[in-house]
Amino acid sequence: MSQPLTHDPHKTSHYISDELYRDVIAMFTDWQGDDRLVADPAERERFRMLIEKEARLLDQDNLEAWLSMFTPECVYWLPTTPNAGDPRREITISFDDRRRLEDRVYRLRTGYAWSQAPKSRTVRMVTNVEVFTTAEPGARMVRSNFLISEFRGSSTRWLNGWCGYRFVEQPGGPWLIQARQLNLIDCDQNLRNPSIVL
Amino acid sequence: MSMLEQLNRYGGWPSNTPCPYDWDELIQEDRVHRLIYTDPQIFTAEMTHIFAGTWVYLAHESQIPNNNDYMTLRLGMRPIILTRDSDGELRALYNRCTHRGTTLCRFEKGSAKSFQCPYHGWTFRNNGKLSGVPWPDGYAGDFSDPKFNLAQVSRVASYRGFIFGTLNADAPSLVDWLGPIATPIDEWIDRHPGGKFRVCEANRLMYKGNWKLAYDNSADGYHVVFSHRSLLETENRLMAPNEKGMSYYKTKPDEQPMYVAYMGNGHHFKDKRPNLPKRVGGLWALESAHPGKEHYEEKFRAKYGARADEFLDLAGSEPVNINVFPNLSLLGNHIQVIEPLSVNETNTTWYGTAVVDDDNVLDGAVDDINALRMRTQEGFPNFGEVDDLSNFEEIQHGLEAIEDEWVYMHRGLGIPGRVKTHDNGVITAPATDEVFMREYIKEWKRLMKHPPNLHVRREP
Repeated sequence: MSQPLTHDPHKTSHYISDELYRDVIAMFTDWQGDDRLVADPAERERFRMLIEKEARLLDQDNLEAWLSMFTPECVYWLPTTPNAGDPRREITISFDDRRRLEDRVYRLRTGYAWSQAPKSRTVRMVTNVEVFTTAEPGARMVRSNFLISEFRGSSTRWLNGWCGYRFVEQPGGPWLIQARQLNLIDCDQNLRNPSIVL
Repeated sequence: MSMLEQLNRYGGWPSNTPCPYDWDELIQEDRVHRLIYTDPQIFTAEMTHIFAGTWVYLAHESQIPNNNDYMTLRLGMRPIILTRDSDGELRALYNRCTHRGTTLCRFEKGSAKSFQCPYHGWTFRNNGKLSGVPWPDGYAGDFSDPKFNLAQVSRVASYRGFIFGTLNADAPSLVDWLGPIATPIDEWIDRHPGGKFRVCEANRLMYKGNWKLAYDNSADGYHVVFSHRSLLETENRLMAPNEKGMSYYKTKPDEQPMYVAYMGNGHHFKDKRPNLPKRVGGLWALESAHPGKEHYEEKFRAKYGARADEFLDLAGSEPVNINVFPNLSLLGNHIQVIEPLSVNETNTTWYGTAVVDDDNVLDGAVDDINALRMRTQEGFPNFGEVDDLSNFEEIQHGLEAIEDEWVYMHRGLGIPGRVKTHDNGVITAPATDEVFMREYIKEWKRLMKHPPNLHVRREP
């Protein structure tokens, strides 16, 4: 995932490969150890602000700006089981690459996505942000909890769970999301109208 | 008269009275009454007349592959432990202790030779037989009476791995009941090497609407370009127009070789395969953008040469809707199960399937095929089904208008030469025809009219 790009990930999906699946599974295995917990308040604040910004962009339906928080070759993974499982062998709620994330946004913008006509209104609360070091100095893993209140069709419901992120530092630039794993606490149960970007 | 005898005589109505409805009034040739989707009494009756009175899909054998494996599910409203018992026999045990009615097994799946009730400790072997009661000397009699063994679905049968159950002693054999729909099921299974595949988790959705709205839809070729317009536009975002996915619906779908068929006993079938190029790789050629598409395609072509298209087709979505009344659909590579929760709440669970290659006829490509196949399967539930489910919910909402009584399903009715009946009883029509709805709802009416002969069984 850190090689120079030879293909345009907005248009073709060359980077979703065995290597990527192995990398992503490894990233999200045994990463939340106390020995890797970052105590430095400034660094913790950096990632808390990024996660709060993400929540704001999603709540404001600014999906294009939200997409720009990801690396060009990114993964957004919603497992169907609480232990995440192996996305090569199991169906996920979604395992989006860059192009499919853009498809997701494009579909919601067509005006014909009936499951979002009218659109949901959401407010997200994100808490319990913890930052963990990785083997690479320019990469951090971050965990946060979320509660999404979603209003649609005269009623409000709550979606909740926790998120794992891998942020990577860009040369001279911001930290971007390389991989995001969103774990609904009821990910293995039947879910009504999961059509917003979670 | 026992309650079960009452159910059989009076047809499952909540009170001990004859059926209050004139079914011929509710189900007409060209339309059906809103009540069949909205009336809680009719729903209650369906849970015996349909979800017990006919064969109902329970699960696939790959979900309980070994002896003692089990999963919990429901047959209608009945809580069931579906297990492959210690002797390898498939059983659908009622998941309620015979003592006080407590849910015996609270887990969704696992492996167990016996089930002990958490409430008073009664223990049952996985063949349903009571094997132990704490402090039995406190009971005057012994426990040899079969009434203390778990109730079981009286008839459980598997068709090539698809497990069905019914309580109706008068139902035909499973194979006879499947009839002509068994042919596309066979073709669907046999496109996998050795006819082998396994269930691998699911996209699990629910909607606030009656279960029949999903079954009405499952062979409907009329809704595609409207309900799924956002999907069709997205599939072709980076492609030339009318290339990918279901875009062949866009122009005169009724003049194309695809067709819809009524297959008898409530089953129906939409066959889109005739629209595809008849060559290996023809299926894959239609696939839209999926994660890993280009990488795996290039890898297969480089590594496997002439066999690449064969492998890619296995990752592609089979263009069929094989609908087995009342609750099973084979859609693409999914096994979709319709699970009624109440008159206006329904689960639709899209089980994914993976290719199995124990004999390595795929030359080591099976893992890569599945890595791609998982992603192709996630497309429709994410970008297509959610819009259908919203439309089903809006039907349920619309049907609250009680004075506007009728729902129409007459597309194609009365046009000479449009609908054809074949020698084996199969009825075919152009892809957007609603003949499949008109015919399956007749089978629904037949089942609702005639009280089923329901029985549970227990080990002797």
